[in-house]
Amino acid sequence: MALIEFTKRGIYCKQGDFYVDPWWPVDYAVTTHGHSDHVRFGNKYYLCHTLTKPIIKRRISEDLNVETLEYGESISRNGVNISFFPAGHIIGSAQVRLEYKGEICVISGDYKIEDDGITVPFEPVKCHSFVSESTFGLPVYKWQKQEIVFDGIKNWVNDNINQQKTSVLIAYSLGKAQRLIKNLAGDTPIYVHNSIANLNEVIIEAGVNLPKTIRITPETTKDELQKGIVIVPPAMRDSRWIKNLSHPVTGICSGWMQVRAHRRWQSADAGFALSDHADWPGLMEAITATGAEKVYVTHGFTAAFSRFLNDEGIEAAEVLTKFGQEDDEENKVDLAEQNENK
Amino acid sequence: MKRFAKLIQQLELSNKTNDKIAALVDYFNYADDKDKVWVIALFTGKKPKRPIKSALLKYWAIDITQTPEWLFAESYANVGDLSETIALLLPPAENTSDFQLHKWVEDLHDLEGKDDETKKDFILSAWNKLETQERFIFNKLISGNFRIGVSNKMLVNALAKQSSLDSAQIMHSIMGKWNPYEITFHELINGIHVNTDNSWPYPFCLAYALEQEPEKLGDIAEWQAEWKWDGIRGQIVKRNGELFIWSRGEELVTEQFPELHFMIDVLPDGVVLDGEILAVQDKQVLSFSTLQQRLNRKTINKKHLEDAPIGFFVYDILEYEAKDFREEPLSVRRKTLEQLIGGLDESPVIISPVINCSSWEALADLRQTSRSINSEGIMLKKLTSHYHSGRKRGDWWKWKINPYTVDAVMIYAQKGSGRRANFFTDYTFAVRDGENLVTIAKAYSGLTDKEIKEVNSFVNRNAIEKFGPVRTVKPELVFEIAFEGIAESKRHKAGLALRFPRILRWRKDKKADEINTLEDLRQLLQSTL
Repeated sequence: MALIEFTKRGIYCKQGDFYVDPWWPVDYAVTTHGHSDHVRFGNKYYLCHTLTKPIIKRRISEDLNVETLEYGESISRNGVNISFFPAGHIIGSAQVRLEYKGEICVISGDYKIEDDGITVPFEPVKCHSFVSESTFGLPVYKWQKQEIVFDGIKNWVNDNINQQKTSVLIAYSLGKAQRLIKNLAGDTPIYVHNSIANLNEVIIEAGVNLPKTIRITPETTKDELQKGIVIVPPAMRDSRWIKNLSHPVTGICSGWMQVRAHRRWQSADAGFALSDHADWPGLMEAITATGAEKVYVTHGFTAAFSRFLNDEGIEAAEVLTKFGQEDDEENKVDLAEQNENK
Repeated sequence: MKRFAKLIQQLELSNKTNDKIAALVDYFNYADDKDKVWVIALFTGKKPKRPIKSALLKYWAIDITQTPEWLFAESYANVGDLSETIALLLPPAENTSDFQLHKWVEDLHDLEGKDDETKKDFILSAWNKLETQERFIFNKLISGNFRIGVSNKMLVNALAKQSSLDSAQIMHSIMGKWNPYEITFHELINGIHVNTDNSWPYPFCLAYALEQEPEKLGDIAEWQAEWKWDGIRGQIVKRNGELFIWSRGEELVTEQFPELHFMIDVLPDGVVLDGEILAVQDKQVLSFSTLQQRLNRKTINKKHLEDAPIGFFVYDILEYEAKDFREEPLSVRRKTLEQLIGGLDESPVIISPVINCSSWEALADLRQTSRSINSEGIMLKKLTSHYHSGRKRGDWWKWKINPYTVDAVMIYAQKGSGRRANFFTDYTFAVRDGENLVTIAKAYSGLTDKEIKEVNSFVNRNAIEKFGPVRTVKPELVFEIAFEGIAESKRHKAGLALRFPRILRWRKDKKADEINTLEDLRQLLQSTL
């Protein structure tokens, strides 16, 4: 009997009687990471990585009942052994490894292979079955090394400062924002929106070494911002606040920026292909490394990616989930594609 | 090539005209002269001859990346551009190249007539020394158009700014006949080639739509009002004993309209007339659908000439006595025009009549009668105006009658291409015919990005069937469709076809049972015949 099944509430382990990243309230929710399409309000108990706990408490409610695990640690629930391994997606993101009577299943949540300098890097886990995302599951999505992308962003910022323009980077407040801060920190001061500053506080308090940033307040002058780097969440994109800055130029940091059509559709001034999801070679590398006999493909280019795996001799099936469908997710650009492939 | 790749990137990243012009000026300041000629050629649609079919590029890319064909197709559907899909699929380049743009163009040109193996070797080695963005441009050089939102006007403005030459002169020069393999940048923008050529037309002067009350334009006595005709804008050029007819698409159409060939005997040398090619009988303008029977035909037979006789309504004179006449005020040009061809009785070449009106109010009343003479409204031209190149605000206005409209329901949706590759942006609309719905138009413009996202989400939730890229959707969303005309059509199930259909607005206040019927449209068709 399979270790997991896909129900309308989410991924369910019958033997252990718990769910992984459910989208309807359940008794026991094993949580891969703190993005809102993977963790929701209303579950009786949450199990997540130590670093995810303060994040979800801040984002959802201080009253949540949360148990935690470190990477490599495990607990048992109704005879099912649950352990966490680094997923490399954002701070605190974990792959969930389930073992029951010698049968091993890994639910990866969202993941990326490249070391981003702030998240514990992805670690492949041997298993019989593997649940993989496929956000960028087409071979046109191949990332450049992040050093190259960050050099591009730094050059863009320097050009802007010289031309009296204000550089505004649009980045998801949990994950992408911290990655930018870590890798752009230097002589140019970084100014962050409230929602990012709040999360940074929580993350620093939890013991993560994050470079210093300045919280934007009504007292912050346009002149200061023009000489710095401004980071705001996607919800701020078309705001009056940005329009009122001194010659604002916006840059979007997202894997979708790899493709001209997406760049132009977003009508930002610049697009940087920087993603916290695995690219096509990354997905293939991760799946091969698990040695899994069966792969369940969730959110993204599910149809194309699972067909390719099957052609390659890896048994794969598309699975309908509600991951990747949050309004504030970076990949909202492509909801159409995701819905269609289900 | 790296410099050109940077230019393309800059042009793509900005939506602001001034930024684009600045990027172009910067490029023209520093780039190699031979490269500049090619950039002008590419941006004005003078493509080098295709040495290789794009299907071959695709197969070679599939071959070296070992991508299954269906996966290539999936990728293409997401990216929306063949050149870009290939550029992204290929593995990172192992070498680099400092070749300039013109060198690549020339090397590609030299491939002509070579066998496929030689071509393949050349392409594969090129791909292996170009970065992704350069590869994309390289592929475009072979297979496509550069659609990056640079109009001729914008390009000319940048060249004028960079060279301090007059923009109208540059426009005339680059619209002329020239060979990018031979001409130098200096010769091109100075127009060395244009004067020697008999045939070349001038850039058309275009008008913006009048968006304010005409009273705001001041005293009506300062304006010339004419009917706005709905045909093919054209120029008749007579120089050195030869006659040429140009359409606005910069297409030479002399042979298509033998009715106008007599002008070779009427016009003196060194004359260029601007006007409208129309279907005309007994000096009356016929409907656009009549004119359509005569368009894009390779041969013209007697029946065509009888069924859809052609005329030319003259608006303006751009060259007279072999001199550029465009700087003369309209009042002078008009007088000259009347003296020159005013006496042509019984000919299909007619000076487009001026509407004499002493008040804006009276003119507004007359405008309401436009459709009865197959006109689409009124043109307002300042009597003191020059003949400008392209669109310029202030001197010429088109004051069109409101379009016809129909409320219809969306029944099919299809994904767009390019920028819109991932959204359902092309919709098919239907009206009610008894119990059934019958399709009447397809339209893909008129909605805001935000509305497109909303419709997109509706399509995703309400798709009933898939036919390839097309989705049948629940007939629920009602749109007001505007159109310019209606004609009988045997090709369409509805038995009629709309002209220039586009979405006027989304009628969120209407339900699908409140839309128009096919009978409504049939009645409209009868009334216009």
